[in-house]
Amino acid sequence: MNRLSIELPGLQLKNPVMPASGCFGFGKEYGQLYDLSLLGAIMIKATTLETRLGNPTPRVAETASGMLNAIGLQNPGLKGVMEGELPWLEQFDVPIIANVAGTETADYVEVAKAVSKAPNVKALELNISCPNVKAGGITFGTDPEIAKELTKAVKEVSEVPVYVKLSPNVTDIVEIARAVEAGGADGITMINTLVGMRLDQKTGRPVIANGTGGLSGPAVKPVAIRMVYEVSKAVNIPIIGMGGVTETADIIDFMSAGASAVAVGTANFVNPFVCPQIIEQLPAKLDELGINHIYELIGRSHRL
Amino acid sequence: MIIQDRMTVTSQQQIAHNIFEMKLNGKLVGEISSPGQFVHIRVSDSFEPLLRRPISIASIDQEAGEMTIIYRAEGRGTTILSQKRSGDEIDVLGPLGNGFPIEETADGETAILIGGGIGVPPLYELSKQLTAKGVKCTHILGFQSKDVVFYEEEFTKLGETHIVTVDGSHGTAGFVTNVMAELGNEFSTYYSCGPMPMLEAVQTMYEGKKGFLSFEQRMGCGIGACFACVCQTTEGSEKAYIKVCSDGPVFPAGVVAI
Repeated sequence: MNRLSIELPGLQLKNPVMPASGCFGFGKEYGQLYDLSLLGAIMIKATTLETRLGNPTPRVAETASGMLNAIGLQNPGLKGVMEGELPWLEQFDVPIIANVAGTETADYVEVAKAVSKAPNVKALELNISCPNVKAGGITFGTDPEIAKELTKAVKEVSEVPVYVKLSPNVTDIVEIARAVEAGGADGITMINTLVGMRLDQKTGRPVIANGTGGLSGPAVKPVAIRMVYEVSKAVNIPIIGMGGVTETADIIDFMSAGASAVAVGTANFVNPFVCPQIIEQLPAKLDELGINHIYELIGRSHRL
Repeated sequence: MIIQDRMTVTSQQQIAHNIFEMKLNGKLVGEISSPGQFVHIRVSDSFEPLLRRPISIASIDQEAGEMTIIYRAEGRGTTILSQKRSGDEIDVLGPLGNGFPIEETADGETAILIGGGIGVPPLYELSKQLTAKGVKCTHILGFQSKDVVFYEEEFTKLGETHIVTVDGSHGTAGFVTNVMAELGNEFSTYYSCGPMPMLEAVQTMYEGKKGFLSFEQRMGCGIGACFACVCQTTEGSEKAYIKVCSDGPVFPAGVVAI
């Protein structure tokens, strides 16, 4: 019996651990280091209709127990991802979750329609929460009505289940979660990064060329846990939780808060082997807690 | 192949003001393929600081399984690194990136190596390998002032060495370009590592010559996945950005827009 398997819309996960979008490229770099088939799934870097060069540098800055980034959705565009990235990933026994981004509804729809036809793409992650692009991205994720309409439009054309990635940069994340559920979302992924800024001590100016960046890493975990807890109580669709996942204890926390699986982001930069390592350590952690199957953890916090 | 190794510190000493030389022993050394590659060091097992620190490899001793890194203890991470002692173990990821091509200079030819500040270290292993194959190396090494000059003797043993300090407290006063102008263009290849303004000046002065430049940029993952450390190319189009960590850090002259 596989004690770690989790079934979600479109996804048969061997285990609940997957690298988060934007922290794993399209897998090639990590594929040199370990067998990507060990992963529960892979959330590939955001795909936009056209090639995006991203923001000027510096694009990253370290902060207390975390980091800021403003990469700006650099990616080879729909054609590049369909022809140059996804076919390479077919050699691995791992479901791909394609992150879809855009600046207007028509872009999202066109990318979603095409990328959802790729044989190894088993779900989409609708990126309505990127804080680092001037147009689109986060603007879709901060207004419930717009988020709902976009979800609906993408659901109509997608061949696979659609997960919506929520931004924490809102007053009431539950309201947005309910809106995307009403729009037909099959699941939610959360949280994207928190908008932050770091200043240079000498010049007083922002370190990151973009000015602001998205905060990630262990520093954001308590915010993410609180949000997963609140959203999971309010909706009936599954959540893939993320925000500072670094070790097995974090998987336990996110799933207890209400997530059905977790994504690992910044920790991949600190320790490129973190995903396979925590997957391997997970059964022992379950033994320690007297848990038979990882499924039992989901939403434990609500049952007490 | 890139590996994650727990390397043992075999020595650590301060060789100039805030400049440290550390020797590390481990199987990672056996994976190093060219001078100018770098390692990504986690200075602490805690979340403080969180990210790894990219540091160039200054010297390799394959027989002893040992490598030397030289770094400036400036920020939080490198200050913690400077407190490590012999016997301590450190989490090192590497070797990373593409180094300097020694095959671009043939036996009997002349190479000029121009370094600036903390960009000097990788030129040392480069010079060792070039001189070992019969290349005549001339070194031009620029520093801010006398108190931060290092490895003058080591470089001098390998070939003609010119030290330049901005404040004139040691060697020639001014910038590396002053010495470059004096020496002229009678060489076959140049190799350079240092701050961006220096690389720009070197590339401009040696326009038309065959050269290789090593770049620096704020890094995240160090393996090419996070797209943090990009630099712009002169080509434009789809290849407008290249990654310093995995496409570089060494690029042929003229490739990167500076």
